[in-house]
Amino acid sequence: MGQKLLMKGNEVIAEAAIRAGCRHYFGYPITPQTEIAHYMAKKLPKIGGVFLQAESEVAAINMVYGAASTGKRVMTSSSSPGISLKMEGVSYIAGAQLPAVLVNIMRGGPGLGGIQPSQSDYFQATKGGGHGDYRMIVLAPSSVQELYELTIDAFNLADKYRIMSMILGDGVLGQMMEVVEFRDEEKVETYDKSWAACGHDNKREHNVVTSIHIDPAVLEQWNINLQNKYQTISGNEQRYELYNCENAEIILVAYGSVARICKGAIKEAKEQGINLGLMRPITLWPFPTEGFEKIIDIPCAFLTVEMSSGQMVEDVKLTVNGRKPVYFTGRMGGMIPTVKNIMDKVMEIREKHR
Amino acid sequence: MAVVFKAPKALCDVPMHYCPGCTHGIAHRLVAEAIDELEIEGRTVGVSPVGCAYNNYLYFNCDMVQAAHGRAPAVATGIKRSLPDNIVFTYQGDGDLAAIGTAEIVHAATRGENITVIFINNTIYGMTSGQMAPTTLLGQVTTTTPYGRDAKLNGYPVRVCEMLSKLEGPAYIERVSLHDVKHVRKAKAAVKKAFQVQIAKKGFSLVEILSTCPTNWGLNPVEALKRIEKEMIPHYPLGVFVDTELEV
Repeated sequence: MGQKLLMKGNEVIAEAAIRAGCRHYFGYPITPQTEIAHYMAKKLPKIGGVFLQAESEVAAINMVYGAASTGKRVMTSSSSPGISLKMEGVSYIAGAQLPAVLVNIMRGGPGLGGIQPSQSDYFQATKGGGHGDYRMIVLAPSSVQELYELTIDAFNLADKYRIMSMILGDGVLGQMMEVVEFRDEEKVETYDKSWAACGHDNKREHNVVTSIHIDPAVLEQWNINLQNKYQTISGNEQRYELYNCENAEIILVAYGSVARICKGAIKEAKEQGINLGLMRPITLWPFPTEGFEKIIDIPCAFLTVEMSSGQMVEDVKLTVNGRKPVYFTGRMGGMIPTVKNIMDKVMEIREKHR
Repeated sequence: MAVVFKAPKALCDVPMHYCPGCTHGIAHRLVAEAIDELEIEGRTVGVSPVGCAYNNYLYFNCDMVQAAHGRAPAVATGIKRSLPDNIVFTYQGDGDLAAIGTAEIVHAATRGENITVIFINNTIYGMTSGQMAPTTLLGQVTTTTPYGRDAKLNGYPVRVCEMLSKLEGPAYIERVSLHDVKHVRKAKAAVKKAFQVQIAKKGFSLVEILSTCPTNWGLNPVEALKRIEKEMIPHYPLGVFVDTELEV
């Protein structure tokens, strides 16, 4: 590996994007992710790139749509209320099969909510948010190092599948400083972009980037093709981390910064002679069902921990499908679950299954 | 025999879906002729709107990108910032540009975004069957103003050229009409000039084209052309609103 730096999560996302070959960033300020824009505004003009502050999130995502149509690597970032505004463009990008990267550093909602960390946009990220039958690849880093790794991957996956990749982080990850180690040379993968609308130079038929197909039979086939693509991604790209699961009495399920609090709870439990494990989804879509199959027989129960009212827990229940009890604990509104919150719930579950 | 009139190369040889008497076909032709004469088809990327012209990506022979309702100037910005040496144009109706897309057009204009906007003003929403547009004239009957547009209820028709000409970003803004041959020729010159302004990297250019919608106006094609002259031009005066070349 190469250079080690102490950096803020949001800045690492921006630096990683540049290392991935992203030279176009369109955004609109919103806490707690604006350092991404600051970093891009400073760096991109010096390396021949474009930073543009749009008039709104709606305009920013449509600028992304335009830049992605030309085949360039492009990114925008925002936080929860701003992501809601971008959902129109997200749906069009899905419909037109354009590769692009969207970052959501989540804060508490609904509405204007607050500016403290949250995971309450899980449904919006993984189940739709915009209209129509579409999916995004949703990557959930849980450290600053992983913000770097997954941002690089987000660009490669977007190009590989002509899909939008989302980095779904929270205010904790965006704002915290940690050591990150950058590679000396980045693995930037290149993919065919002969579909791009970049001027045909009188050498080929004209390319059209569109999400509209008025003939229902054509639109149905277009949707079937999209679903086939999503199935391929689901088969190829599931990612997860299994931690201390071998003899776990209860397996915690958590992503992002909450997974790190769960590791704290696992340590605390060990001191009390209780063996807990952790299943940490890294891809939230595709949801890592394969990982659950490896551990389904081990625990007496699963406990999902989130900074929400319980969103990912629905996917855990669908995956476990009644084979084991699935419990939930969480905090909302920008409050962060503590090791004690988790341990209290663990004790309650142990009591039930004694 | 010498050929004096032929189909522009920048238009695909396919039937158009527009209603009889609709002037979209003429406006398309003017854009295509400008692209041909300036020999820019190979490096042009057009942006299709939402509205009757939503699928003009089937008609223009250059690369095309279809945009969400009103967002064409933002999409065009993304394209132009990625391909600064290419030619980028949007083609938008009055609902698209002056209602849902007001923020996008104003900010593209004030940034002096080096794109060309072809703005079709026919004072009505055509695609969705004749509702009030921001440009609908006072008293005009539409499916959502069945008793005529009332300023107290619906406000006043928007004059886009006048509004945008107050900004410092635009390099060229002109309003033209397609109601007779003389004006079509003037419109052609304006469209071509708008592209020339972009080629010279002078900044934002917009041509507003007063157009017909015989179907939703409930008029025959000839009456519709007369309505432009008699009712629209008095409210939407023709002329050049911005031309930075003429400034001292």
